[in-house]
Amino acid sequence: MTSTSTSTMLSLASASLTASLSVHENLKGRLKLGGGSLSFNKEKANPFIKTKSFSRISMVAAIKVSRFEGVTMAPPDPILGVSEAFKADNDQKKLNLGVGAYRTEELQPYVLNVVKKAENLMVERGENKEYLPIEGLAAFNKVTAELLFGASNPVIKEQRVATVQGLSGTGSLRLAAALIERYFPGAKVLISSPTWGNHKNIFNDARVPWSEYRYYDPKTVGLDFDGMIADIKAAPEGSFVLLHGCAHNPTGIDPTPEQWEKIADVIQEKNHIPFFDVAYQGFASGSLDADAGSVRLFAARGMELLVAQSYSKNLGLYAERIGAINVVCTSADAATRVKSQLKRLARPMYSNPPIHGAKIVANVVGDPTLFNEWKAEMEMMAGRIKNVRQKLYDSLTAKDKSGKDWSFILKQIGMFSFTGLNKAQSDNMTNKWHVYMTKDGRISLAGLSLAKCEYLADAIIDSYHNVS
Amino acid sequence: MRQQFTSLEAHGFESPTTQSAFSSSSISSSSSASDRRLKALARHLVDASPVMDSHSQNPNDTVSPSPTSSAFHADSVFAHIVRAPEDPILGVTVAYNKDPSPVKLNLGVGAYRTEEGKPLVLNVVRQAEQQLVNDRSRVKEYLPIVGLAEYNKLSAKLILGADSPAIQENRVTTVQCLSGTGSLRVGGEFLARHYHQLTIYIPLPTWGNHPKIFTLAGLSVKTYRYYDPATRGLDFQGLLEDLGSAPSGAIVLLHACAHNPTGVDPTIQQWEQIRQLMRSKALLPFFDSAYQGFASGSLDADAQPVRMFVADGGECLVAQSYAKNMGLYGERVGALSIVCKSADVASRVESQLKLVIRPMYSSPPIHGASIVATILKDRNLYTEWTIELKAMADRIISMRQQLFDALRARGTPGDWSHIIKQIGMFTFTGLNSEQVVFMTREYHIYMTSDGRISMAGLSSRTVPHLADAIHAAVTSFA
Repeated sequence: MTSTSTSTMLSLASASLTASLSVHENLKGRLKLGGGSLSFNKEKANPFIKTKSFSRISMVAAIKVSRFEGVTMAPPDPILGVSEAFKADNDQKKLNLGVGAYRTEELQPYVLNVVKKAENLMVERGENKEYLPIEGLAAFNKVTAELLFGASNPVIKEQRVATVQGLSGTGSLRLAAALIERYFPGAKVLISSPTWGNHKNIFNDARVPWSEYRYYDPKTVGLDFDGMIADIKAAPEGSFVLLHGCAHNPTGIDPTPEQWEKIADVIQEKNHIPFFDVAYQGFASGSLDADAGSVRLFAARGMELLVAQSYSKNLGLYAERIGAINVVCTSADAATRVKSQLKRLARPMYSNPPIHGAKIVANVVGDPTLFNEWKAEMEMMAGRIKNVRQKLYDSLTAKDKSGKDWSFILKQIGMFSFTGLNKAQSDNMTNKWHVYMTKDGRISLAGLSLAKCEYLADAIIDSYHNVS
Repeated sequence: MRQQFTSLEAHGFESPTTQSAFSSSSISSSSSASDRRLKALARHLVDASPVMDSHSQNPNDTVSPSPTSSAFHADSVFAHIVRAPEDPILGVTVAYNKDPSPVKLNLGVGAYRTEEGKPLVLNVVRQAEQQLVNDRSRVKEYLPIVGLAEYNKLSAKLILGADSPAIQENRVTTVQCLSGTGSLRVGGEFLARHYHQLTIYIPLPTWGNHPKIFTLAGLSVKTYRYYDPATRGLDFQGLLEDLGSAPSGAIVLLHACAHNPTGVDPTIQQWEQIRQLMRSKALLPFFDSAYQGFASGSLDADAQPVRMFVADGGECLVAQSYAKNMGLYGERVGALSIVCKSADVASRVESQLKLVIRPMYSSPPIHGASIVATILKDRNLYTEWTIELKAMADRIISMRQQLFDALRARGTPGDWSHIIKQIGMFTFTGLNSEQVVFMTREYHIYMTSDGRISMAGLSSRTVPHLADAIHAAVTSFA
């Protein structure tokens, strides 16, 4: 083996090759490369060997090229990528209406007072950091199910709910998807068109087939109820129907209570299994109980259902990743068995969930004083969004002389509004007006201040009327 | 089994092999995929466990309406789901908790205990947490998908060395993950999607969760010889033979230090041989580093095997965990680093890691990573940490010595020197399952049935009791 006095390090992607190359004849082992074409000149010599002198031992990397050379650059996440683009923009007028994270009127992130209090308590108590059980913090699991169904709900009293702490909404959905893949092979999940962008990724990665049911009607900027019912009816019996418990993301359009009843009817008729994604309990109307209405309606019918919860928005615990998957069964025994299998899926994913967020929730929801304070902060946040909706609507109606009906802004609920802007129009919002939003025309009202409503109205009107 | 299928059919769940029922074009399952699912389903249905049998008599499994359900859901759609057994490692603690004996000893789970038998939160961790709570500018906004940037950089430096050329050349991508398990899972999923050789070789024995993680990630799991029961040490020849006959390019899981469960680590010379063999066969190293600093007491010494591999310019994966060395068990703090040939490759690899993470949990939890970053970047806290870490490692080493001395003093038959030769939290005692059962029954010692004991659960006060138990077990069951 030859040793060189200068070590040669070559990057496969770099176009220029340095002058001193050493050639090795006796390369042991074949090298197979992954899919994708390699973009380097095929020279006879082996230019990509690094040899390095290390005292008398010369360490030879027998690998010529990266084993990951075929890996392509993935596109940025369509939702999270928006914030990255926003950060890179230096324009003063820029507005981030991309990701669904609550902002104050001053457009600052908001840590709830009850959360700060809970964290102070936790630090004072000096609790330990031992592993949680695979299913998570028992105190958290108890309060989260009670918050969702109501403490006196029969499903709780009869212990028919399997609750497992999950990594916020995403993680909880993923556990449920893994359960579906393993125990309902071939069963399909029906997702709304449109829906949160990450839903399909979750089911794809979990290898659960999915199809869409009609939901958004661009003509009315409202719910295509007949389409929704028809598509749910047409699906194979025993499908899982993914429903947004409240504050539909991205449209902000929720079924009315009467419509929920009809949706429940057709789901029961087809022996489908309702699968709720509840990411905004309390955030939609301001009332935790009201926002749980749809879930409770289904539970009251004795239906078995899945519910994924998240505390990212309503407790502002975005980065703590705290949520839960709840499976309502017809018996306590079934719930026990389901819970044990959810654990079996969690263990090879992350072993057990993180404590911090769980303890915060358990402390806030489990303490009557903090719980009431939370409700007040919740109403404040939801209230700010409603005010902003009103101001935006007023600005649009005042400035837009075309007579277009902007009332959908007021009818939609929750953090998001589906503006009805198409991709080109959304791009105009960004490129011309420095308003950052997702390409599907969704804006996060949580990122809007009263002060910026008029500017936004100008941007929307311009994009809507002047861009096709 | 027939009963369960009947209940499935009652719900209109036709056998997955009759694809005509699922005519929607969006189901892209091939017949082999549906066969897989059917096999999986069958496996779960026929899984004969005692618990399962009692449940099959459960009236809820038959078609009879329960009071609160409508006629539509007279039977549960979950009727076919059987109860999973308790996790074998965590089940030890469950059994321990049930035992009323005052002399009971829990040597099952791998969590550090003080001399008083209590869990420990490091002083530096408490200090860091206090700092974080006092910092009024802190928010809880989503971390990026890859986690806390500062934490990632510091973690890479910790394992690879601050002066690592790989880091300086931007050839390392580091993503925050959920402790060791999460890092291994994300790495496994990435490899299953982007690497050409989908087989991973794991040592025999290894941590019980390893095969499950990699199987679910989509890799095929094989083993290489590792532990030699005759010597209670490393079967080095076997290891070299098995890795030598692995297909070129295969992935190889290596415990960076303090092998779990055996406590048997290769020497530095042996590591060098392993490295040369692996590089000559283009085998891809995947390090599991769960005990850096905890094994010998020195962070750098415990990182040597990883650094040796990185120093030769080759590629590797490293899963790090702060569960033990920073006592952050429940916070789930870890990191996956992939050392690549070039910065460009590293950047593309990182973008693909994000696609694995986003549909799994979107982004990692902030709290534990913030604690780690706070400690690693502060010179004083870092120094204090190394001292606390060394104290934990030293206490374990002292327990090893005490146990060894106690067995010698009792004249317990056999060579017990492996207790002081093995390293890290665990000792593979060499006791067989019969002896283990005896020790649990007669002496209330709780350990896993493979004879593994967690030294972290021992104290000077309890060593004699354990020594008595081992002595009795060995002399009763030759």
